[in-house]
Amino acid sequence: MKKTAFLLLLIFLGSVLLQLVLPWWSVVPLCLALAAWRGPTGGQAFLAGLLGVGLSWWLPAAWLNTHGANLLAARVATLLPLAGQPWLLVLLSGVLAGLAGGLAALSGALLRRAAEPRNALPAA
Amino acid sequence: MLRFLPGTLVLLVTLTLTWVLNTKQGDVPPVARLLSPYRGFWQNGEAPTDFPEQQTLHLPGLQQPVRVRFDNRRVPHIFAQNDHDLYYAQGYLTARDRLWQMEFMTRVAAGRISEVVGPRALEYDRFQRRMGLPYGAENSLRAMLKNDTTRLVLESYSAGVNAYISSLSPREYPFEYKLLDYAPEPWQPLKCALLLKLMAWDLSGRSDDLRLSNILSKYGPKVTQDLFPDYPFREDPIVPVGTPLDFKPLPVPATPPSFTAALSDKVPQREPDAELGSNNFAVAGSRSASGLPLLANDPHLQLNLPSIWYQVQLHAPGQNVYGVTIPGAPAVIIGFNEQVAWGVTNVGGDVLDWYQLKFRDNTKREYWHDGRWKPVRRVVERIVVRGLPDRLDTVLYTHHGPVVYDHDEKPFNPQTPTQHAMRWTAHEGADEVLAFVKLNHARNYQDYDRALRTYASPAQNFIFASNQNDIAIRPNGRYPLKWPEQGKFILDGTDARADWQGWIPMTQTPRVQNPARGFVSSANQHSAGPDYPYYIGWDYAPWDRGHRINQQLAKMRRATADTLRELQNDNLGINAQTMLPWMLDNTLGNRLAIIKNPAALLSPAEKDALAVLGRWDYHYTTDAVAATIFELWYQELMKRLWEDDFGKAATGLEMRYPSRDRTNRLLLEQAATSPWIDDRRTPLRENGNNLLTTSLQFAVDSLTRKFGPLGPKWGWANQKSTDINHLAQLPGFGHQDIVCAGSPGTVNATGPRNGPSWRMVVALGPQVKAYGIFPGGQSGNPASRYYDDMLESWRVGKLDELVFLRAADENHPRLQAAWRLEK
Repeated sequence: MKKTAFLLLLIFLGSVLLQLVLPWWSVVPLCLALAAWRGPTGGQAFLAGLLGVGLSWWLPAAWLNTHGANLLAARVATLLPLAGQPWLLVLLSGVLAGLAGGLAALSGALLRRAAEPRNALPAA
Repeated sequence: MLRFLPGTLVLLVTLTLTWVLNTKQGDVPPVARLLSPYRGFWQNGEAPTDFPEQQTLHLPGLQQPVRVRFDNRRVPHIFAQNDHDLYYAQGYLTARDRLWQMEFMTRVAAGRISEVVGPRALEYDRFQRRMGLPYGAENSLRAMLKNDTTRLVLESYSAGVNAYISSLSPREYPFEYKLLDYAPEPWQPLKCALLLKLMAWDLSGRSDDLRLSNILSKYGPKVTQDLFPDYPFREDPIVPVGTPLDFKPLPVPATPPSFTAALSDKVPQREPDAELGSNNFAVAGSRSASGLPLLANDPHLQLNLPSIWYQVQLHAPGQNVYGVTIPGAPAVIIGFNEQVAWGVTNVGGDVLDWYQLKFRDNTKREYWHDGRWKPVRRVVERIVVRGLPDRLDTVLYTHHGPVVYDHDEKPFNPQTPTQHAMRWTAHEGADEVLAFVKLNHARNYQDYDRALRTYASPAQNFIFASNQNDIAIRPNGRYPLKWPEQGKFILDGTDARADWQGWIPMTQTPRVQNPARGFVSSANQHSAGPDYPYYIGWDYAPWDRGHRINQQLAKMRRATADTLRELQNDNLGINAQTMLPWMLDNTLGNRLAIIKNPAALLSPAEKDALAVLGRWDYHYTTDAVAATIFELWYQELMKRLWEDDFGKAATGLEMRYPSRDRTNRLLLEQAATSPWIDDRRTPLRENGNNLLTTSLQFAVDSLTRKFGPLGPKWGWANQKSTDINHLAQLPGFGHQDIVCAGSPGTVNATGPRNGPSWRMVVALGPQVKAYGIFPGGQSGNPASRYYDDMLESWRVGKLDELVFLRAADENHPRLQAAWRLEK
């Protein structure tokens, strides 16, 4: 649990920093590398990636939604269509990025395990 | 190695997902890039701190500091110390609010939409290029750059726009760039010319030559002259009949032997948009409370967001002008300064003609003209298509102009005939920008007179008023010098006598200054009466709005700005007033027909509808049920009257209906005897009563199906349903079903999609006072509350007082921010 939380925190902080200067997809190699380095189970990796990257979007999106972007978010939420609900759009934004992050972390974890010399690995 | 399989598979899924979320898929935007809070649309929000009350912006290219004040509608009031800086700042600040719109519209004009949206815009792009919009823009640009003033204005404005574009990082691109996934490109003076050509297309790009030629072939000259006369039965022309000429007219070219164009039925029909029109009117001091003139203007265009117009005040040595501009074009188009005010409405003159060509052979390299074969010029258009290789399209040009369609293929715009060359005033180079720059500087009638001389296309009714108590109006533009009816039908492209032979001199366009009646006005009706010596066109907007305006102006005594505002919002339907009493009499009165044909007895619902109509005061108010019934009834009546004779389904030919004016005359005066009343498709011989009854039944039935039994739901605003849509038709970015009064035929010409795109009233005086509103806002950013903050005032017919400053440091309670722009 602690291990997952630490990985999550790393992913979250790394994602925020990277996305300040790089495109959003920089979170994919980041999650992959961090998961491969830390060596969690598949489930832990996915969860840390999903929430770590997700939070890196949920928090700023929620902040912007209450600081000037609400009107536009409502319009975009009508366009997509998400019934014109800005908060649904905040949720969806983070889920999409989180999914990419989670899958990237999962693949990192799985590849690390495949590369490890020991054959017998505990199940995730 | 099998143990690497799960990881590799998940990695593949991850990369695929990442690619999908990062890439535009057809019309679906790159979702993750759009939704990213770091670079996506969330960054386009507008918090109060994003618009500081005070700041200094450093802009390369400025020569001296520029001061800008913003009022509570976000209108920039620009105070520059020279013309270069003035137009530079105008370009910069307009781009700051409207970059996407102005760039997108130039792409629309240039036929470059496929670059952004891919192959589905290809036919549209081809059409724009084949109609020669970019060709006309280049001709105009050449003419404009020859003039030192225009060159300075265009180049400074472009530099200002580019200063804004180059200050942007992708994170700061306007929302629509992120949605459509492309980037702004550098601005050029050509783009300003393209925007003017787009206006010319909207306002003068319609023609019925093909339809009239088909009618002439089918029914002969007598019927054509009778049903499609050159001057309407009821008319109230802009320059009043009897206005003395202050010039000696040129001889007009002789009418060549009549030419019968080949029948053409290759194109389906699309009626020209009758709603695009405008009003302007001015009263002399003799009719105003102040003793000085008042002027009003409201151009009716398709209503979109971001708004068509952008308000600005421009102040520099030698000028202090306020008004609306077209984002992407410098100077004020409709506005006022301390001495004068002016406005425009469209002239319905015939400035676009078609010539039937005779090619030597199928290679189409030579065409017959003036007794010999002449070479066809071939221009290759390269159309960049997103996601596909470039498309090359060869357009043929004769000396007339482009051959818009050179194969028997399905044309994009159904009104365009095949195998014909097009001659159009918008293809000619002219310096319209200079005309507006001069109007911005004008101090009196003489300046107005001089300013209009370089204005060619689209021809406009320029109305004018000054604080020296002058009022005037001129249907002004470059008109070909034509023989009567030249270009009403398709012309013979082999005959040199059918070419345009020159121009009506700019000093001889229709005009009137300070008429005895104490007012001038226009609402797109005929420019002048039959006593004007030149033929300009035959098909203008119906007289309704113009007539109502003149009726009301003639009653005005001690008028104020509010009197003119009320007239702009006048909802009386002249057509209903003219026709409804007759329609009611002849539906109720003809008992004989009902006895003969009991099926024609009216149902209770139809009787109720007639009762509602009988009580109507002809005002198109939001809750007027009668307006809804009348409009549908009248429209159906027209259709039942003409469909069998001029409809495509019945005749197999592309034709058009006679005008409303001619139809009304037929119904009111000739219904008993006219052979056109009978429906040729039935063995029965129909009379006017049958048409009226069946049309009424149709109207009541369809309204009952749409809204339920007769009741408040049938109210006019509900039926009309005015929508203002985003330029890219994005759901959620416009306003639907706006409850507002008026109809296309009333002075308040608010229709389903078109309407007053700017309402302005100016009271001239020692201290000019002006009022204005448009249905939207100054900002083009859909995140901003200034995107549509003026809509509600517009809806209810109110105007804002416009903040007009004399100096940069003047105090005004509505000023909110003061910026400084410097090097």
